[in-house]
Amino acid sequence: MPALEARTVRKVFPGVVALDGVSVRIDPGEVVALVGENGAGKSTLMKILAGVYQPDGGEVLLDDRPVRFGGPRDAMAQGIALIHQELNLAENLSVVDNLFLGRERTRGGAVKWLDRGAMRDAGRELLRRVGLPESFLTATVSSLAPGQKQLVEIARALGQSARFLIMDEPTSSLTQLETDRLYLLIDDLRAKGVSIVYISHRLAEVKRVSDRAVILRDGKNAGELTKAEITHDNLVRMMVGRDLKQFFPRGHRTSAGEERLAVRGLRYAGGPDHAATFSMRAGEVVGMAGLVGAGRTELSEVVFGLRRGVSGEIAVNGQTVRIRTPADAIAAGVLLVPEDRRLNGLVTEATVGFNLSLPNLDSLSAMKLVSGTAESALHAKMIESLRIKTAGPGQVVGTLSGGNQQKVVFGKWLARGPKVLILDEPTRGVDVGAKAELYALIDELAGKGVAVWMISSDMEELLGVSDRVVVMHEGRIAGGLDRHELTEEAVMRLATGGVAA
Amino acid sequence: MIRVIGAGVLVASLYVLMLGSHPKAGDLSNNLDLGNRLGFYGVMTLGVGVLIIAGGIDLSIGSVLGLAAVLFGVLMERGVPPVPAFLVTLLAGAVIGYAQGQLVTRLRLQAFLVTLCGLFIFRGLARQLTTSPVGIQKVKGLHPEFAQSLESLQFWFSGIDAGRDNEEVFPAQLVVLLVLAGVVGVVLHQTVYGRYWFAVGFNEQAARYAGINVERSRLAAFVLCSTLAALAGMMLLLSSGSAMPDNVGQSMELYAIAGAVLGGCSLRGGEGNVAGMVLGAAILPLIYKIVIFRDIGDAVIPSIVGGTLLLGVIFDEGLRRGQGWKSLLRLVRR
Repeated sequence: MPALEARTVRKVFPGVVALDGVSVRIDPGEVVALVGENGAGKSTLMKILAGVYQPDGGEVLLDDRPVRFGGPRDAMAQGIALIHQELNLAENLSVVDNLFLGRERTRGGAVKWLDRGAMRDAGRELLRRVGLPESFLTATVSSLAPGQKQLVEIARALGQSARFLIMDEPTSSLTQLETDRLYLLIDDLRAKGVSIVYISHRLAEVKRVSDRAVILRDGKNAGELTKAEITHDNLVRMMVGRDLKQFFPRGHRTSAGEERLAVRGLRYAGGPDHAATFSMRAGEVVGMAGLVGAGRTELSEVVFGLRRGVSGEIAVNGQTVRIRTPADAIAAGVLLVPEDRRLNGLVTEATVGFNLSLPNLDSLSAMKLVSGTAESALHAKMIESLRIKTAGPGQVVGTLSGGNQQKVVFGKWLARGPKVLILDEPTRGVDVGAKAELYALIDELAGKGVAVWMISSDMEELLGVSDRVVVMHEGRIAGGLDRHELTEEAVMRLATGGVAA
Repeated sequence: MIRVIGAGVLVASLYVLMLGSHPKAGDLSNNLDLGNRLGFYGVMTLGVGVLIIAGGIDLSIGSVLGLAAVLFGVLMERGVPPVPAFLVTLLAGAVIGYAQGQLVTRLRLQAFLVTLCGLFIFRGLARQLTTSPVGIQKVKGLHPEFAQSLESLQFWFSGIDAGRDNEEVFPAQLVVLLVLAGVVGVVLHQTVYGRYWFAVGFNEQAARYAGINVERSRLAAFVLCSTLAALAGMMLLLSSGSAMPDNVGQSMELYAIAGAVLGGCSLRGGEGNVAGMVLGAAILPLIYKIVIFRDIGDAVIPSIVGGTLLLGVIFDEGLRRGQGWKSLLRLVRR
């Protein structure tokens, strides 16, 4: 069994040194976590190991012999497979078609008839190895849940006799249950001698899955931790190069005030039969937990006017409001930071300034004429107060880091003085440093009397930031947990259909 | 910005090329004619340019233009005075845009398909209105009392002086274009409405999440596009004097789209500006002039327009990949 190693690897992109002499070694049957802030060079290193990029300096060694991959195909031929963050499956094809895409089994020589029987047999074995039922073989990929797609992708890599799996944030779209299943699969693969490079933002899972963590900072090695040394504090300290005692600040929190948002008996088209009823007070951060598909995002979309409610009512500050479009919600002071910021939260091709102005044009204009000075003032204020790292309001948003993009999404709404701020997975794909800043911002907003409704699948974040947590299960509000009864176990029990202890 | 400069350089070099192509190319009369042609194309381009920015497309422009020219003529033949006929036709254009826009925004049909159907439907309507050509002289013959207001329309919208043997005396169409460009420019670049067009064209979802009424914004762009097509149709009838229902305005949608794209409007939506559209609209009349002066024969015009557009698209793609000419050269070298 060979070992994979990068030795003093350097990679330069126009204007940026992405990697500056980074070394990492993965031994057979070892799970190595690659940890670092966004922009630390994790993705670049991973792509060099998988043959997507060629290093500008240093070398990649396989079993202590230098190798040069011309592309991902070369790396794959050596058993190195990359499991992308955005999955690379043909959604319109079946699972078995995907498993053998590009290397279909054929018979009949040059005629190349598809040998469906052989592919089904081999496919069944692959699905068994990743723990998916055989019946999935003929299912269309688009009908699978994100976690299942991920397992299909892993099965495909195994089918190409991968000995090194490089996983880029594999759990970012998985439920707790799917995540646990993935952990078991990783344990199993490790026992069979498959080596895994695991990139993650979730620190608890680094501790759970990896034998060793390699920390990168600003394109350089920032340190290494053995399994015993992996603790939240150690990791964060190495990643950001400073001590983060107050990762989840609560300094601005006061006792909850008046009722800000009340949702009574709300049902929506295409939704579950159960009506949703809950409320939120001023100055409160209410976490909303649940598995993917539990209906949390859908519920927030009804309240924000993106989905049509069929019964029930919504009240803001005690006043019943009629919300049929996002414009109605915004007028009522209910604002949403959506889950998918690149698709829904930002016009990524446009500038920072364009995005900051977009929902605020009513107050930035007179007689529909937009005032350039008012815009510049808003842009400067938001970039300054949110510490958005950008060359200026003219920079294209898509070129910012995830954390800074998310700050722009927050910035869009802050100028409006939110009454209720809905955050859907607010720190997904955001580096640790920016996370800390966003948590501080949430605390500050709560201190100013905003009711914050935070939908999150990140357990640490739910436990750390929320004043209380509402848990959803299969479209229904399964229960609520106050801060003193808030534990990971209690949340999971409710989320999986159990009852509160 | 680079796209506008690119279009400007192209227009300037074509103009110089035209001046060198014939001793009379620099004459006042030729420049008047050029201005009027530019104005005509520009009016269409302006409409479709805004629509493209808002993430739409309109293939029915040529047929709407033709229908407007025919409707305008038929209304007057049947006794509707020129100015009311003009306004009714303009309104008809707006209604067409509204209908197509509703189909695209409410029923969520693809703009390409809806307006492709429109291309056939409105051509058909024009031919159903009348099978014989409509013409200014014919209207004057039928209704001598219309002559005066018709001639002033001709003067203000096509620059023709009926008293001087229908000679072009000032670039009225260019003036119409510049006035419209001014208005559209302010709306597009200075107002909330324009900002919404860009947002909707760039990323419809993000615009929706920002509380923008995406449907209404895009619908307005469809109305603008068809209304300006109708205006161009009437300008065409006023300047050329007659129109055949079978073919008036044929293929104009493609010239209009080509002009908008050459002027920097990206078919991906969300990109473009008014200065570029005006410059883009100038390219076709300049090519036409050069071909005529050099006596090449106008059969080559479509090929030249297509080739120019293709180069523009390649250049645009190079810009998009962020390396401009460098990536273009690499493409060529490969």
